[in-house]
Amino acid sequence: MPGIDIDKLNTLHLDVLREIGNIGAGNATTALSKMLNKKVDMGVPKVNILELKNVADILGGPENLVVGILLDVSGEISGMMMFVLEQQSAHVLVNILMERDIHDISEFTELDISALQEIGNILTGSYLSSLATLTKLNIISSIPQMAFDMAGAILSVPAIEFGKVGDKVLFIETEFAEGIDHVTGYFILIPDIDSFEKILMSLGVSL
Amino acid sequence: MMDSSSIIKVRMADLNVAKYPDILTTLGLGSCVGIALYDPIARVGGLAHIMLPDSTQIKNNSNIAKFADTATVKLIEEMINIGAKKDRIVAKLAGGAQMFSFSQSSDLMRVGARNVSAAQAILEKLGIPIIASDTGENYGRTIELYTEDGRLVIKTIGHGIKQI
Repeated sequence: MPGIDIDKLNTLHLDVLREIGNIGAGNATTALSKMLNKKVDMGVPKVNILELKNVADILGGPENLVVGILLDVSGEISGMMMFVLEQQSAHVLVNILMERDIHDISEFTELDISALQEIGNILTGSYLSSLATLTKLNIISSIPQMAFDMAGAILSVPAIEFGKVGDKVLFIETEFAEGIDHVTGYFILIPDIDSFEKILMSLGVSL
Repeated sequence: MMDSSSIIKVRMADLNVAKYPDILTTLGLGSCVGIALYDPIARVGGLAHIMLPDSTQIKNNSNIAKFADTATVKLIEEMINIGAKKDRIVAKLAGGAQMFSFSQSSDLMRVGARNVSAAQAILEKLGIPIIASDTGENYGRTIELYTEDGRLVIKTIGHGIKQI
């Protein structure tokens, strides 16, 4: 049984979860910035608590074509981590890193796709390792899997996991943007309900 | 006539019914399944966007539109309320994709297939024939159920548009 109810999280809890987004995404954004050798700005992290029926509205609406990289998080906490790029941004990233000139997802080669997957791997890895350092919790992540598809379809995967225990999903969402080439995307951490307590406790926040 | 039809959106873990000339739609089905029911005589349609197979397996199961079993029963009830007859209702299924292919075939990754089987099972139990399906694979689907004739239009990204 979950030890905590999403609806009972107070302002302090939400602040702490937001700070996790800040630190995790901050590290990942720095990694991305180094990779591109360009300045990447990060938005203020949002802790979104959404009803299942509204989950598909984030990331530009249910039919918005995005590149989603998903990994399973296990160890002392569990849940999922997603790195989501707008379609256009995925082209730009591949074009910069692989010196390509792609304008449509159908042009991606296997090598381009594995490069994108690797970017996802590095960035989510950097997010999670900073989270592990901060909380001193052991966090293991699976090999990332990628899908190009409608945002709603991609978000159905974490939504279903949450759907098993309740009618709401908690996302720690941080947007980032690179100004010149317009690379925008999101880091989304979706800890499962049992993990909130562990994360909060590890940081000395009582429930 | 079709000009005056309105489009009714069905969200995740949600269901709705409509009469001719309205259109029911649900956007971006991934591992969830769209259960589309239709009475061709009354021209009444019903659409559910279910997320999980079985309400009896889950403790917190008050949201009946979330589960294949409870959503189907409720959908038929609501269709009857607006003029459908149960013995005329036919079903079409779409969705139940596996969006990500993890090497370890965990429970989570098979949920799409389990949702499809659960929808088939409840429809069979209720005696509703499934006349067409477009399920599985690894891509998302947007579906539109036309109460005009019960056609189900399925739109995808990179896998074309089809009608079942």
